[in-house]
Amino acid sequence: MKTRPLLALALAIGVLPTVGCQQVKPWQRGALAEPIMSADFDPIGTQQNEHIFFSREAASGGRGVGGGGCGCN
Amino acid sequence: MPTLRLDLLALLTGLGGGAGPRRPAAGLKAGDAFPEPRAAGLEGDWPADLKGKVVLVDFWASWCGPCKQSFPVMEELRKKYGPRGLVIIAISVDQNKKDMADFLKRSPVSFTVVRDAGQKLVTQVDVAAMPTSFLLDRQGKVRFIHTGFRGVETRKEYERQIESLLGK
Repeated sequence: MKTRPLLALALAIGVLPTVGCQQVKPWQRGALAEPIMSADFDPIGTQQNEHIFFSREAASGGRGVGGGGCGCN
Repeated sequence: MPTLRLDLLALLTGLGGGAGPRRPAAGLKAGDAFPEPRAAGLEGDWPADLKGKVVLVDFWASWCGPCKQSFPVMEELRKKYGPRGLVIIAISVDQNKKDMADFLKRSPVSFTVVRDAGQKLVTQVDVAAMPTSFLLDRQGKVRFIHTGFRGVETRKEYERQIESLLGK
């Protein structure tokens, strides 16, 4: 019985966040369809960032780019 | 321990009820009567006399890609079947009126376009996707439902179904 409060707390922490999940209805997706909501709304900016990462941190890949930091470029 | 299990059940069913994947069930099914649109406070003029007409009601939005493809097709359908008794009504669910106006400037159409500004009617009808269209027979009953728009395939279905409804 000692573990009950702990269990209840764990349950609350686990379950309560899911209560906030709401399904977005198809007709409510106007804001989500805005260009600013896309993952890559500024292609030039992304390219510049990628270049910086690549040349200064030797990090590339993971963004649909081939190669994994062989240092050969 | 059974009490704890009950607690758990209550938590999951009571609180978690709003979460989880739920298939959007279309509220309106074939055979149902289309709800009274005037009660939803639509912007624009709903055609006064639809008695005895075959009606295509299309829910669309300016931000929806397939809707852009569907407009020229619906315009052609209106030209082809309008004289035989087909009426097309496009209901925009755009919350921004200007977005709708801009869309209509790019895709001008001659059929009726109204706006469900409060999204009341679309909520009542509970469409499963954008666009969704309902083909109503001459008695005002939903006969066919189209979820999404898939170009030539959907166009052929429209033509076949409209022909069958007009023929009656």
